[in-house]
Order: sequence, then structure tokens, then C-alpha cells
Amino acid sequence: MTSVAEQPNPYLANFPAFAARISGQAWTQRLRESAIERFAELGFPTTRDEEWRFTNVAPIARAAFEPAAYTPHAITPEQLDRRLFADSSACRLVFVNGHFAAELSCAGKMPAGVRTGSLARVLAEQPALVEPHLARYAAFENHAFVALNTALWEDGGFVWVPKGVVVEAPIHLVFVSTGGAPPAVSHPRTLIVAERASQVTIVESYLGPGGEGYFTNPVTEISTGEGAIVDHYKLQREGDDAFHVGTVQAQLGRSANFTSHSISLGGALVRSDTNAVLSEGTEVTLNGFYLAAGRQHVDHHIAVDHAKPHGASHELYKGILDGKASAVFNGRILVRKDAQKTDAKQTNKNLVLSEDAVINTKPELQIYADDVRCTHGATIGQLDPEGIFYLQSRGIGKEEARDLLTYAFARDVIDRIRVEPLRERLEQVLFERLHDHRQ
Amino acid sequence: MSLLEIRNLHARVGGREILKGIDLTIQPGEVHAIMGPNGSGKSTLAQVLSGRDLYEVTGGEVLFDGRNLLELSPEDRAREGIFLAFQYPVEIPGVSNLYFLKAALNTIRKHKGLPELDAMDFLGVVQEKMALMEMDESLLNRAVNTGFSGGEKKRNEIFQMAVLEPRFAILDETDSGLDIDALKIVANGVNSLRSPERSMLVVTHYQRLLNYIVPDFVHVLAEGRIVKSGDKNLALELEETGYAGLEEAEAFERA
Repeated sequence: MTSVAEQPNPYLANFPAFAARISGQAWTQRLRESAIERFAELGFPTTRDEEWRFTNVAPIARAAFEPAAYTPHAITPEQLDRRLFADSSACRLVFVNGHFAAELSCAGKMPAGVRTGSLARVLAEQPALVEPHLARYAAFENHAFVALNTALWEDGGFVWVPKGVVVEAPIHLVFVSTGGAPPAVSHPRTLIVAERASQVTIVESYLGPGGEGYFTNPVTEISTGEGAIVDHYKLQREGDDAFHVGTVQAQLGRSANFTSHSISLGGALVRSDTNAVLSEGTEVTLNGFYLAAGRQHVDHHIAVDHAKPHGASHELYKGILDGKASAVFNGRILVRKDAQKTDAKQTNKNLVLSEDAVINTKPELQIYADDVRCTHGATIGQLDPEGIFYLQSRGIGKEEARDLLTYAFARDVIDRIRVEPLRERLEQVLFERLHDHRQ
Repeated sequence: MSLLEIRNLHARVGGREILKGIDLTIQPGEVHAIMGPNGSGKSTLAQVLSGRDLYEVTGGEVLFDGRNLLELSPEDRAREGIFLAFQYPVEIPGVSNLYFLKAALNTIRKHKGLPELDAMDFLGVVQEKMALMEMDESLLNRAVNTGFSGGEKKRNEIFQMAVLEPRFAILDETDSGLDIDALKIVANGVNSLRSPERSMLVVTHYQRLLNYIVPDFVHVLAEGRIVKSGDKNLALELEETGYAGLEEAEAFERA
């Protein structure tokens, strides 16, 4: 028997050619080299790693993914419009297989001074905007997938909002995979910088065709200045056979307000990490919703690092599981010694609709300060038969009653979505999925 | 034709027989009260009539308007005009009272071949009934029964009944836990719904409710059988002697 480690690793084997081809700065080349070296040391995690205990990435490690190529015209603007959730009138940056697609993108109306576009292009044109931030927040030392992304990224979104500027319309970053043989991997890399007292809403969408075993490995870094307000949405709607392992890493300034919504609907094997590091008086809200059926596996790891006093974090993750689906919720809250007066609340609720679905939920609280308030709770439940009968007794059909209760379960977390077209489409998708489920 | 006819109804839950041969006939417009000690099968009868699948009917039949009621699903019974006011109304977080009741009313209207009501028309219907039940309109936007007090829940049940206008209503211990003021409001709501077409089965442990909802007939249920029937004076009699006296008399009669 040969173990994975003994087989030639295509990522390592292909790296020299990639490094020779990819343009960049001397410092980015060094960064890529140290990241690939770190990846070589780490290897892919196994279920023996505590952080990956319930998520077996062997199918990703085993597969020989080709680097995803840019295929212009693989998708038309009309096709894209039909598949997107967020309002198309907002500024939109589209990436096909990890490459910027200018012809599918539109700049929208941005306030003066706001910079949006392709990270690769900004790196070439204004490296000084990128250098202070890139790879400064998303640490790759202990995360093989972040290391891979840092070594192999080709492009991704760049958003820079200067001091005091408020961007009202959401900025939509769209990552489309086109599939095809052999299965391909892309490593989109996004950098969002919101300077002091600025405000911006970002929607990241991931989508791709069904029946295709492609792999998306994105990393998004967010840096906010003092008092900045950032509302971030990650909408994962990959194809049903796809792999998705992603990290969102937020470094937050004093009194900044950061809200993250991680919505996971697609993919066969999904891991989504959201990490936030707080400063003094920072407020963080992490919302999540996952809907998994069939043999889907969805793993959300969230981590909040209360590094300074007076920070607040509110976490609400809700999941609906059906069929033989499995899900993981791991919520880490670290309250460092100096982070007095921290207020942290974590809630994870799961609705299990079938006998065979599995959920592993785990709070992980590490508290080193003594004057803090930290609460956490997790529930796993089924639809309430009393509730179903109550609705039936008023004339509502049994299936409709089940749908209504399922929808009601998810409602509070969906209601928190402030981008209206996104919330409406999500409600619609939820109803459709419930409907399909009983066909 | 009688509206409801129960013939020799037997039902059990978890292998234990609760109803041991109930016979009861209710004509249109009649209000029947079922009284009895705890565990006599009152609530089981209410639940069986509304189609709760926790209970297994093991014998007998129930005809509603001449049709076999027992083969209908709970929702179809509701659409045909059966309404159960729950002893313990269920909390449904995430579903507003307004949405829920509109969905219910329109399903029932559709079943009757009536056009569905739009939001404006529906609101008109609802406001009138809320005034009847002395309910605050803010309750409409709250989730069904969620965070309601016991009294609010019971009032909400009768309010739903007023909106859905059933032909046959079963009130399962609607009086339990109500103070006298709330009891009067509930009874007033119920009385306003009495009509020559609408029948009711009022299940209660206490005679007090029957001072306000005056029944045409009173039946005493004990150990899964109706052991005595009479008019409203039977309820007063029971108040005097209690169920214990009655059971002794029954045992004596059977011996």
C-alpha cells in the first residue's frame, strides 16, 4: 500500500513552472516560495488533526487537479445573470476559474477614491497598496489550504475604501468555475481594505456546474481601520460534486464593526473558515446558514480572537440537514488576558430532517481574562410533531406544515441578511429546495 | 341529519385502551359538554376527533355530516369544518400569527370553492375578530403562541376559531388556567359563534365554564365511557357530589 505522502505531489511538482510563469514582485515570489515549502512540510491534514477530525479531505488530496485555465466565453453575461443572487446593478467583479473576466465585470458607480478590481492587476500597478496587507492576516503556517492558496493564487478581488468613504451599493465578487475534464483547482485570493471610518458591503459568490469534481480553494483577507463598518457575505453555491475549502480572515481595528454571513448551499465536500481578530471595542457578528442534503458534507469553523478589552462578538449559525448529509460546526472563542469586559455569545442550532444525517457541533472557549461574559449553546433537533399537527388542525397540509416549520427554523438567520435581493433569492431557494425534497 | 355521530368508538395509545365504546350524537346548533375526572378520556376523545395520529382507533365509527371522519387526514377534517381549540396551544417560533392564519383561512376557503382573500380583505376579517376577543393587534405580527401568556394562548385559539368559522368546534379544557376575566372573554367569544348550524363539544373538568357557555347537553365520561347524560343541571349536580360520588353510583348500577 502506498500512502498519499509517498505519491508525487502534483502541487509541489508543478510549482517551479508556475513560479516562473506568474508575474509579481520579488516579495510575492518569496512569499509563494515560503508558502509552498510550508505546504510541503504540512501536507494535507487528516482526521487525526483535531481541526479536521470530522472532515476527511482525502478525496481532495487524492485527486490530481489541474490548475484551472481561463476559458473566455465559457459563460455569457446572460447565463451569469440568471445564476447570480445579488442585485446586478451593484459593482461586480467576475472571476472565471480564478482569472479576472473583465468582459463579465462592471465597475458600477463608486465614490471617489474607492479602488476595486483584479488583485493581480493592482499588485502590478500599485504594489504599495497590496504589500502592507497581503498574507499579513491569513496565516499559512498551520493551515495547508491557506498555504496552497498563498503559493498558487493567480487572481482574486481587490477592494480598497479610503478613509471616511461610505460605499452604499454592495460590491459583488463572483467566482465561477466552469468544470470540464480533467478536474481543475483554482485558488482565488481576495483582499479587502476598509480604512478608518469607512463603510462597505461585500458579497462573495462561489458557483459552478453540477456533476463536476472541481476544487475551489479561496482565501479572503479583510483589514479594517478604526471605526470602519464592513458587512461581508459569502455565498457558497458550488456544483453538487465540487470541493470547496475556504478561509475568510478579518483583522479589525478599534471600534470597527464587522458582520460576516456565511451561507453554504452547494458542494460535495465543503470547509469554510471564518476568523476574526478584534481590537479594543470592536464588534463582530458572525452569522451562518447551511443547508445540506444527499451526501453533502459541510464544515464551518469559526474563530474569534478577543485580543483587546471591550470587544463584543455574536455568533449565530443554523443548519438544516437531510438525507445522508453531515455537517460540522466548530466555534472557537479566545479571550486573551487583556481582553477585559469582553461580551461573547455563540449559538449553533441544527435541524435534522432524516435519520441518517449527522452533525458534530463543538464550542471551544479559551478564556484568560476574568471580567468577561461568554455564553454558548448548541441544539440539535427534529421538526416538532406537535407543531406539525397544530398546523394540520388548521387546514394546512402535512408537507406544507413541514416546509413551513423548516423555513421558520432558518428564518431568523436569513432575516439578518441586509442585502435585500440576496435575502429574497435565498428565501426562494430555500422554498424550492424544500419543495424538491418532497418530490 | 345529525352533524356528528360517534358509534361505539374505541381508541388506544401505546397499547393502553383509553376510549372503551363512546356513543354520542350531536345535531346542528347543539352545544354538548363532556365532563369527567382526569384520565377519563376527555382529551383523547378531542384528539381522536381531530385526527391526532398518536391515538389508534381500534373500533367503532365516527360520521361527520354522514361521511366517515376517521379516514380523513387532520388537515382534511379542518377543511371540512372541524376545529380543535387545544388544551395546550403549540408555540411555533418563526411563523407569524398573521401568515399562519391567512394560510389556514385561504386553504379552507379554497376547499369550499371560495376565492382566496388578499392581505387587505384578510386584515378586515381579522380586525373585527380581534376586537371580539379583546386582543391587541400587535399579536398578529408575533410568532404563533410564542411568548404568549396562558390566557393569550387560549384567547388566540378562540380567535382562530372565529376567523376559520368551523361547523364543529371542540374546546379542549379551554377554561383551564384562565382567571375569571379571561374566562368571560373566552366564553363571550364562544357564545358569539353559536349558531343554528354550528355545533360544539366543550370538554372541561370544571362546571365553572358552563355558567358562561351554557350547554344543551352534559355527558359524564368515566374510564373511557359515557356513564351519564343529562341537561345543564347535571353539571351542577356533579359540582355538588363530585366525580367520586358518581363513580360509586356507576359501580353500584353495574353490580
